[in-house]
Order: sequence, then structure tokens, then C-alpha cells
Amino acid sequence: MAYSDKVIDHYSNPRNVGTLDKSKKNVGTGLVGAPECGDVMRLQIEVDEATNTIIDAKFKTFGCGSAIASSSLATEWLKGKSIDEALAIDNMEIVEELALPPVKIHCSVLAEDAIKSAISDYRVKNGLPALELAHH
Amino acid sequence: MLKLPIYLDNNATTPLDPRVLEAMMPYLTEVFGNAASRNHPFGWAAEEAVDYAREQIAKLINCDSKEIIFTSGATESDNLGIKGVFEMYSQKGNHVITATTEHKAVLDTCKHIEKLGGRVTYLPVDEKGLVSLADLEAAMTPETILVTIMYGNNETGTIQPIREIAKIAHSHGALFMTDGTQAVGKIPVDVIADGIDIMAFTAHKMYGPKGVGALYVRRKNPRVKVTAQMDGGGHERGMRSGTLNVPGIVGLGKACELARLEMDADTLRLSALRDRLEKELTTLEESYINGSVEHRLPHVTNISFKYVEGEGLMMGVKDLAVSSGSACTSASLEPSYVLKALGLSDDLAHSSLRFGLSRFTTDEQIDYAIGHVKEAVTKLREMSPLWEMFKEGIDLSKIEWAEH
Repeated sequence: MAYSDKVIDHYSNPRNVGTLDKSKKNVGTGLVGAPECGDVMRLQIEVDEATNTIIDAKFKTFGCGSAIASSSLATEWLKGKSIDEALAIDNMEIVEELALPPVKIHCSVLAEDAIKSAISDYRVKNGLPALELAHH
Repeated sequence: MLKLPIYLDNNATTPLDPRVLEAMMPYLTEVFGNAASRNHPFGWAAEEAVDYAREQIAKLINCDSKEIIFTSGATESDNLGIKGVFEMYSQKGNHVITATTEHKAVLDTCKHIEKLGGRVTYLPVDEKGLVSLADLEAAMTPETILVTIMYGNNETGTIQPIREIAKIAHSHGALFMTDGTQAVGKIPVDVIADGIDIMAFTAHKMYGPKGVGALYVRRKNPRVKVTAQMDGGGHERGMRSGTLNVPGIVGLGKACELARLEMDADTLRLSALRDRLEKELTTLEESYINGSVEHRLPHVTNISFKYVEGEGLMMGVKDLAVSSGSACTSASLEPSYVLKALGLSDDLAHSSLRFGLSRFTTDEQIDYAIGHVKEAVTKLREMSPLWEMFKEGIDLSKIEWAEH
């Protein structure tokens, strides 16, 4: 299949690959997907508690090029956003930005799930109720 | 200068050998007659070329030239063999035995005859991809009319114990058919010594043109007949109507001749290249060869690189044309049913690459492929959360994954 230039760019030069210290209270981790489905994403955010702003984001993804690109793009978008702004990221924005074909929409859905899952983890660590996560 | 990308997907199709093209050319231009035209030299020339091709093919598989039925390719041949036997021998029985790792051309044809009232047994395979002779023996019934088991597998290259399977089929009065698509022209296939009654094969897997194949149908001991699935002018002894594809048939004939003459040298060179590729790539941690290493086509290897996903890996090895057992491109997300039949977990099946070498593959290309794959696997593992967990000693099977 032909990948868009943006997918190829994120795949070839992924932004923010890595691991944050999940023992820290201000780091939220989301791990979504399953190996047998062919994609697993781990997305982490580090939050400045004073301003409620995401100051760092890292990912690691097992999956196809579109899955890697979706999570790489997500980390780029997350940095500098407030928690509420991050929660508002919709998978269709990822689809549009990366020009994902219909068979790859699930990659963007997974990235959105990973964002919400990381935020939920951060909330729980800080004594707030978990988010109601949609299961795809 | 190395030309990129490098084609290593020769189980899908092979390039046309220039010598085959050369043999075909006159029949695409001035010698255009219909091989069934008996009244003029145009027809005679075409018929002569077809007869010569039959001889070339017969020599390769050790049969009589009259036992070759030309078709459009292996899929049609598989259809004609299975459906043709099912119709022709319906008085005798309605049971067919095959295996779960067959090509879709066989499996879907078997599904079709099930709808027509046939009964089909799909034999499982072991972790090497081999069917069990004991299972086959146990599955045979008085109603069994056909056992159809492929010669060499298209995904793993695993070669089935053809002679033993044929013996069991015959001892119960059933016919033995094999899908020889990947094997014919690559390894010695002898229909007499192997006990094959019907065999499907095609030109484009052995450096011939696409759109032409054949079905071998035994004429004595026993005399086998298949009911035509294409009605018309009664060509090919009434088993397959339709004007013969003369240039294609000439190409198939030439491809078979070259295969016969060059098989030993090709096998020696390709198996050494394949072994080197495989040895180098399996120096990567957590890499596994799929299928049988002992019973295998000489030009094929299928390797799973755990903790990287096949499609992502294919994108990383963009300078190579290879196939993956990951079907993430299709909407189903289902990994290869062949690898799953070997007992591979879904994640290992998703992580596989298939390499198919050809007569035209060079040492230099394999050197490049080794470095390119190693680099891509290493890069993707650094990006893989599963690899990180594995390195930390986390048991991935103990994690509750959110299925989606």
C-alpha cells in the first residue's frame, strides 16, 4: 500500500521515542492494543502539576507504519497542551493530518485511546477518578 | 551498482527469463495461428509448437506428453482437478482429504464442493507444517475419492512426504492430487516415482509467463478422468475447452526445459544463498525460522522477528520486495492462516517475513538484504514497547491486553 509522505516521515524519523519514569507521580502511562492484533502503543505524558500542562510526551509502538506515525504525531501534539486540550484530540484529526486510508483508521483510534489512557492513569495517580474509557 | 528495490518475493511470482521470452516472441507475432485449425499451415505451426511444449513439460515431470492439460494457471488447475474429480467419481464417493495449510485455490475449491454435498477433511499439520501420515490413514474412508496435498508450501517452503501420502491414498483406492505450484521446476518432481495422479502447476513461478499453467492427469495405472469445468470446443481431450494460449504454452515449455537443465546448479547456488541469509538473520535475538528446515524448498525461508510487527517491518525494509505473514493491510487484521496452522501465536505470525530467492538473485543482493533487515529490526525493536518489556523480563502473556 502507498503511505502518505507524512506517515513515511514520522515512521522514518519518529518524534519522542522513549520512556518516562512511570514511578513519578506526574507521569501518566497508557498501554493500549494487543500483540495478537498486530499493534500495541505505549504513550506517556509528564505533567507540570502547577499549570496542568503536558511538558513532555514519549511513545513506543509495536505496529505498522501508520500506527507508529499516529503515536509519534500524538506525542508531538501533546507537548504544551493542557490536560483538557489533550482530551479534546479526536482520532479523525490524526486521520486527516496523516491522510490515513480507511483500513488504517484503527491506528488513529488506538492513538486517541492511548492519550486518554495516559491521562486517566495520571488522574488516578493524583487521586482523581479514572476516565470512562471507550473500548474499541 | 546495486539496483533497488531488490526482488525477494519469488514465491509470489518470478521474472520472465529472457530465454523464455525469446522462445515466445514468434508466437506473439508472425506465428499466430489457432492450434485447433487443422486446415492450413498457420494452425499446423501453432499445433507443432504446442506439441513441442508438451514434450518439454513431460520431460520435467516424467510423464507422457498426452497427460498435460493446459489451463490459465495453477488456480484453474486446482479447481479443475478437485471439482473435476468430485464430479467424475461421484458414483464412488464424495469424500476429499486436504490440509489446513493448502493454498486458497485448493481450500476455497474444497469449500465449494462442500456446498455441493461433498465431505472434506482438513488435516492439521505439526509445528513444522507437515501432515501426519497416521492422521491421513485414520481419515481415509471407503467414500474417499481424492487426497489433495500440496507439494511445497508457498509461505514456508515445507515439502510434504508426497510419496508416503500417495501410497496411503492408493491403498484405499483414492486418487492422489498435489498442488505442485511452488515445487515444479525447483525440485525434482517425478509423477511416476512420486505416485501422483493429478498435479497442478503454473509457468510464472518458474520464470515463465503469467496466465498459463497445466494440470497433469494420469492416463494409465490408473486412467484418470476429470469432468470439464469449462465447456466448449472440447480441447485438451475434452477436459478443458478454450483456444490454446500458444505463446504462453511455448513459454511454459521453455521454462520447464530450462528448469530441467539448470535445476541442480540453481538449487546448489540458491540453497547456499538462502542458508547464508537465514544464518545471518537468525543471529538477531528472538528470531525463529518457520516451517521445516529439513524438508524445504531450496529458495525459501520464512522468519519471525519477535516483538516487531510484520507490516511495520516491511516498511522498514523498503529496499526489499518481500511478503509478511501479517495481514494488517486487509481489514481483517488476521495473520497468516498457514503460520497459525503451524501453531504460531498471532504475534509471532504478525512478525514474519517471507524471502523467496530466484535464479536471478545475486550474492550482492543477499549481502544488502542481510544488513538492511538487521538494521530495520533493531530500529523497530528500539521503538517497540514489547521489546522493552521483554528486556525487563516481563512475561507478556501475563498482561491483560485490551482487545480491540
